[in-house]
Amino acid sequence: MVLLEVVQGGGLFAYAPLIIALPILGLITNIIFGRRLGERFAGIVASGVVALAFVIAILQFLALQAHPEGVTIPIAEWISVGSLSVSWAIKVDTLSTTMMLMVTGVSTLIHIYAIGYMHEDVRFQGDPGRYTRFFIFFNLFVAAMMVLVSADNYLMMFVGWEGVGLCSYLLIGFWYEKGEDGIGNAVAGKKAFITNRIGDFGFLIAMFLIFGAVGSLGFEEVFDWAHAFGEENVLIISVITLFMLLGVAGKSAQLPLFVWLPDAMAGPTPVSALIHAATMVTAGVYLIVRSNPLFSVTASTSNIVAIVGTATAFFAATIAVGQFDIKKVLAYSTISQLGFMVAAAGLGAYVAAIFHLINHAFFKALLFLASGSVIQGIEAGHHHAEHEGADIEEPFDPQDMRNMGGLRSRMKVTFWVYLIGALALSGFPPLAGFFSKDEILVDARLENPALFFLLLAAAFLTTFYMGRQVFLVFFGKARSEPAAHAKENPPVMWVPLVILGVLSVVSGALNLPKIHTLTDWLGTTIEHVHITEFSFSVAGLAVVFSIVAVVLAWMIYGRKPIEKGEADPLRKILGPIFVGMENKWWVDELYDFLFIRPYVAICWFLADVVDWRILHDWFHDSVLASAYRNGSQWLAQVFDLGIIDGIGNGLGNITKGASQRLRFVETGYVRNYALAILVGGLLTLTYFIFG
Amino acid sequence: MNLSFSILSWVTFIPVLGVLVLLFLPKDRRNLLRWVAVLTSMAAFGLSLVMLAQFDQTNASLQMVERLPWFQLAGMQIEYFLGVDGLSILLVLLTTFLTPISIISTWSAVEERVKEFLIFFLLLEVGMVGVFLSQDIFLFYIFWEFTLVPMYFLIGIWGGPRRVYAAIKFFLYTMAGSILMLLAILWLGITFESFSVPDLIAQGGIPGSVQTWLFLAFAAAFAIKVPMWPLHSWLPDAHVQAPTAGSVILAGVLLKMGTYGFLRFNIPLFPEASIRFAPWMALLAVIGIIYGAAVSYAQKDVKKLVAYSSVSHLGFVVLGLFALNPLGIQGGILQMVNHGLSTGALFLIVGMLYERRHTREMDDFGGLWKVMPIYGALTLIVTLSSMGLPGLNGFVGEFSILLGAFGSEAIGSPIFAGVAAVGVIMAAIYMLSMFQKLFLGPLDKEENKVVKDINLREILTLVPLVILIFWIGLYPKPFFNLIGPSVDKLVAVLQAASVAVH
Repeated sequence: MVLLEVVQGGGLFAYAPLIIALPILGLITNIIFGRRLGERFAGIVASGVVALAFVIAILQFLALQAHPEGVTIPIAEWISVGSLSVSWAIKVDTLSTTMMLMVTGVSTLIHIYAIGYMHEDVRFQGDPGRYTRFFIFFNLFVAAMMVLVSADNYLMMFVGWEGVGLCSYLLIGFWYEKGEDGIGNAVAGKKAFITNRIGDFGFLIAMFLIFGAVGSLGFEEVFDWAHAFGEENVLIISVITLFMLLGVAGKSAQLPLFVWLPDAMAGPTPVSALIHAATMVTAGVYLIVRSNPLFSVTASTSNIVAIVGTATAFFAATIAVGQFDIKKVLAYSTISQLGFMVAAAGLGAYVAAIFHLINHAFFKALLFLASGSVIQGIEAGHHHAEHEGADIEEPFDPQDMRNMGGLRSRMKVTFWVYLIGALALSGFPPLAGFFSKDEILVDARLENPALFFLLLAAAFLTTFYMGRQVFLVFFGKARSEPAAHAKENPPVMWVPLVILGVLSVVSGALNLPKIHTLTDWLGTTIEHVHITEFSFSVAGLAVVFSIVAVVLAWMIYGRKPIEKGEADPLRKILGPIFVGMENKWWVDELYDFLFIRPYVAICWFLADVVDWRILHDWFHDSVLASAYRNGSQWLAQVFDLGIIDGIGNGLGNITKGASQRLRFVETGYVRNYALAILVGGLLTLTYFIFG
Repeated sequence: MNLSFSILSWVTFIPVLGVLVLLFLPKDRRNLLRWVAVLTSMAAFGLSLVMLAQFDQTNASLQMVERLPWFQLAGMQIEYFLGVDGLSILLVLLTTFLTPISIISTWSAVEERVKEFLIFFLLLEVGMVGVFLSQDIFLFYIFWEFTLVPMYFLIGIWGGPRRVYAAIKFFLYTMAGSILMLLAILWLGITFESFSVPDLIAQGGIPGSVQTWLFLAFAAAFAIKVPMWPLHSWLPDAHVQAPTAGSVILAGVLLKMGTYGFLRFNIPLFPEASIRFAPWMALLAVIGIIYGAAVSYAQKDVKKLVAYSSVSHLGFVVLGLFALNPLGIQGGILQMVNHGLSTGALFLIVGMLYERRHTREMDDFGGLWKVMPIYGALTLIVTLSSMGLPGLNGFVGEFSILLGAFGSEAIGSPIFAGVAAVGVIMAAIYMLSMFQKLFLGPLDKEENKVVKDINLREILTLVPLVILIFWIGLYPKPFFNLIGPSVDKLVAVLQAASVAVH
C-alpha cells in the first residue's frame, strides 16, 4: 500500500537525477580505486551502477503510470547570459523514460557481457592494465547518453550528444596502438568524431535559428511556439529542421555522413553493440521524434528526412551484402536499419520509429555480442591450434567470415542466439523486427509508394545478407584451423546473450496490432501519433520477400557451402555489382578525393606558402624589416649614439648579458630598433605637447 | 608604505615587494629565489581574492576606486586612477592565477639566471595587472608599454635558438601599433582635458568622423596584440621561442590585453565607430578563426600549432565583443578566461614534453599515452576544452559568442557566426590530430619508451586549470554574474549611440 502511494504521488520522480549521477559515481569510483582493487571490482562496480540506473528508470516508469504527463526536474541553472537562459533540468516523460529503460537495460546486459569479454580481450591485446579504463569510458558513455535522453532543452541535449561522441571516440580508439599501421584504430576514432562534428555543426546552427525565432532553447517553449506560430513560420522551421537533419545524419550515420560507422567497428565488440548499434546511433532518431512538433509542421523537410532514411536503408543494405568481415556486415546492417527508423520518423510514423529503435536495440546488440562471442571463440581456437602446432596462415583475421564455417556445432548457444537475432532482424513473424518493420512499411505505402518499394527492397537485402552470414559462419565445414578449434565462451558472456535473445523474440509485443501499448504510452508525449493498422497485404508481401531471400541465400551459400579459398559465389553472379558492394561503392575514396585531400592541401598551402613564406618571410622579414632598418639607421644617425648607449647602460647589470647577446646575433642595430621607436614616440609626444 | 592604499594598489604592486626581496638574495640560492617568487605571486593571488570578496556583483560601475592626481603633462592632469568592474575583474584574477602556476612550471625548466628571470616575471605581473586596473588612459599606456620590457627579456634571454629575432619582432610589432594609440590618447587628452576613461565616456560627444580615426588608432594597437588576422606574424615566432612560462603568460594574459583594450576603450569611447566597424571586425575575426584553424592543422611543431590556434580562438573573442550585445560580449569576456586556461594549460603541457625530449616535432612522438597515462588524460581534457566540448569551459564561451553574433544587429548577418561555427569543426580536426600524433598509435621510438610520466609538481600546475575547466563548463553562473551588470551598462552606451548612427 505504501508503495502504491509513493508511486501515485509522483515522489519517485525525485530520483530521476540519479540516473545520470549513478554512472558518474561508478566511473569516479573506478578512477580512484579501480586499478588497485582489480578487474572483478571494476567490472562489478561499473555494471552495478548501470543496473541501479536501470532500477531508477523502472521507478520513473512506475511513477509515469499515475502521472503520464511527466515532470521536469530542475537541477541547477547553467548558462544565463543576456536573453539566454538554460538550465540543467531532467525531463521525465514517456518518451525519455522509454529511452532510459532501453539504454540502461541494454547497457546493463552489455556491461555484464563485457566483464567476460574484456577479461579475454585485454590479455589477447597484451595490456591487462587497460581493463579498468574500459569500464570508466563505458560508464561515462551511459552518463552522457542519460544526459542526452533526459534533457529538457536542446543545449543540454547537445552536451549529451557530443558527450556520447567523445565516448565513441575514446572507445573506438581504445586499442589506440593497434589497427592498420598501428594507427588504424585511432584514425577511425578521429574520423568518427570529426564526421559527427560536421553533423553537430548542423545541430548548432539549428539551435541558433531556434533561439532567434523563439528566444529559448527549452523543449516546452519551442514546441509551444511551434503550435502557436508554426503555420506562419513554416519556412524558418523547415530550415531549422534541415540543419537538424544534418546533425541526425552525423549521429545516426545516414547519407551522406554514414562513413564513420563501419570504421567504428575498430572498437571492442561490446562497444560496437552498445554504442554503435543499440544506443548512441539512435540519438538522431530520438532527436527527430523529440522535435516532432517542429518536423510535423514542415512537410518539405519531413519528406527529405524520409528520402534520406530510405536511401540510406537501401544503400547500406547493398554494401552489407558484399562484406566479409562479420562485424562490418552488422555495421552496414545497422546503418540500414537506422535508415528505416529515420524514414519512419520522416513519414510521421514517430511511434513506429521508436518501436523499431527498441526492437533493433535488442536484436542488434544481440547480434554484435554474439559476433563478439564468435570472434573470441575463434581467437581461443587460434590459440589452441597454435599450441598444437597447426599450420595457420598469417596474418590470421578472426573476423573474416571466409575463415569461419561450421561453428554451429562448436558454439551451440552462440549459434542459437545468433539465429534468433538474424530472424528478428529479417522480420520473420512473430519476432520483434516483424512488427516494427511492418508498421514502417505500412506507413510508407500510405505516404509514398516509391519509398515503400525501396524499403521493401532493403528488407529483402537484409534477410539475404543475414542468411549469407549465418550460412557462412555457422554452416558447412570449418575453413580454417582456428575455426575448427573454436570453443564456446563462459556463461558471463552467453547469459546476457540469452536474455537479449528472449527480448528479441518477445519485444514485438510492445506494440501489437489492435493493442497498441506503445502507441498509447508514447501518445501522451508525442503529439502526432497515429495508429498504424496492421495490413495483411504488406505483412504478407514482406514475409514472402524474406522467405525468397532466405531460400536464395540457402541456394547460394547453404546448399553447397563454400570451400576454403573459394571465391564468393555471388561474385560470379553479380559481377561488377558485387565488386561495388564489396568496395562500399568507393564512398570513402570519393570523400578522400573530394574533401580530405583538398582540405589538407589548402591547410598546407595556407600554412606554408601564405602564412610562412609570404606573410612571415617576405612581408615581415623583407619588406617591413628593411624599411625599418633604413628608417632606424637614419634615426640613429640623427640622434647621438651616445644617448642611446647611455640609456642602454642605465638599464643596469640585468640587461648587460642580454645586450651582449643581442649585439652578436643580429645586425648590430638591435637596440637601435627598439629605441628608435621609443625615440620616435617621444618625438611625436613632444610635438603634440609643445607644438 | 601608505596603508591607506586600496586593495587594488596592493594587488598591483605586491610583486614589487617580491622583486625587492629577490634583489637582495644571492643568485645561487635558486630554490629560495623560486620560493620567494612563488609566495609573492600567491600573495598577489590571495589579495585578488580579497578584491573578489569585496566586489559587489550588482554594481555595474567601477569599484574599489583609487584616484590620486599624479603629474601634469603640458597642463593636463594625469591621474593614478585604479578601479575594477565586471569587464576587468576576471582578467585580473586570471593574471594572478596564472602567474604562480607559470612560476612553478619553471622549477626545473629555468636553471640559468634564475634570479633575473623571476624578477622579470614579477615585474611582468605588475604591468599586466596595471593594464587591467588602470582607468586613466595615460596610466594605462604606461602599464601597457611596461609589459613589453620584461616580456622582451624573457623571450630574448631565456628563449629558444631564434629568441633574439623573436623578441625584437614581438617588441617592434607591439610598439608600432602602440604609437598610433598614443597619438589618439594624446588627442583625447588635449581635446577633453581629461585622461579618465569614465569621465570621457560620460562626456561623450566625440563626432562620428573623429571616432572613426580614433577607433582605428586604438584598434591598431589592440589588433596587433590580439593578434587579429593578418597582423599575427609576430605570434608564432614569439611563442615558439619563448620559454614555457613566457608562452603561458603570453597566450594566457598578454593577448587578452588586446581584446580587453577593445572592450574597455574602443567600444565605450567610440560607440558609433564600433557599430559602424562591427561587420568589418567580425569579418576579420571570422577570417582569423578559419585561417588560424587551417594553419594550425598543417603545423609540425606542436608549440606552433598551439600558437596558431590562439589566432583562431581569439577570433571568437573578437567576434563576440563586436556582436555588441550582452550575449556576445559576456561570452567574449568569458572566452578570454577560457582561452587563458586552456591554452595556458596547453603550453604547460608542451613545455613538459619539451623538457623530457627536447623536441617539439610531433613526428618524434606517438603512443605516449602508454608511458604517460596521467599526462595523457590531463592533456585529453585540456584538448577537449580547447576544441569546445560541451560540458567544459570552452563551449560555454563559444556558444554564447556564436549565439550573440548570430543575432547581432551590429554585425548584421548571421553568415559570420555560421562560418565561425565551421571553425568548431576545424578545431576538432587540428586538436584531435595533435592528440593522435602525440599520444596514440604505437610507441615505436626508443627515446619515448623511457619517458617518465609527469611528477607531482607538474600535476599540481595542471590540476587547478583542469578544475576551472570543469567548473566553468558545468556551472559558469558565478562567472557570468561578475560580468553581467557591467556589460549591460556598456550595451546601454551602445544603444544610445546606435540611435545616433541610424
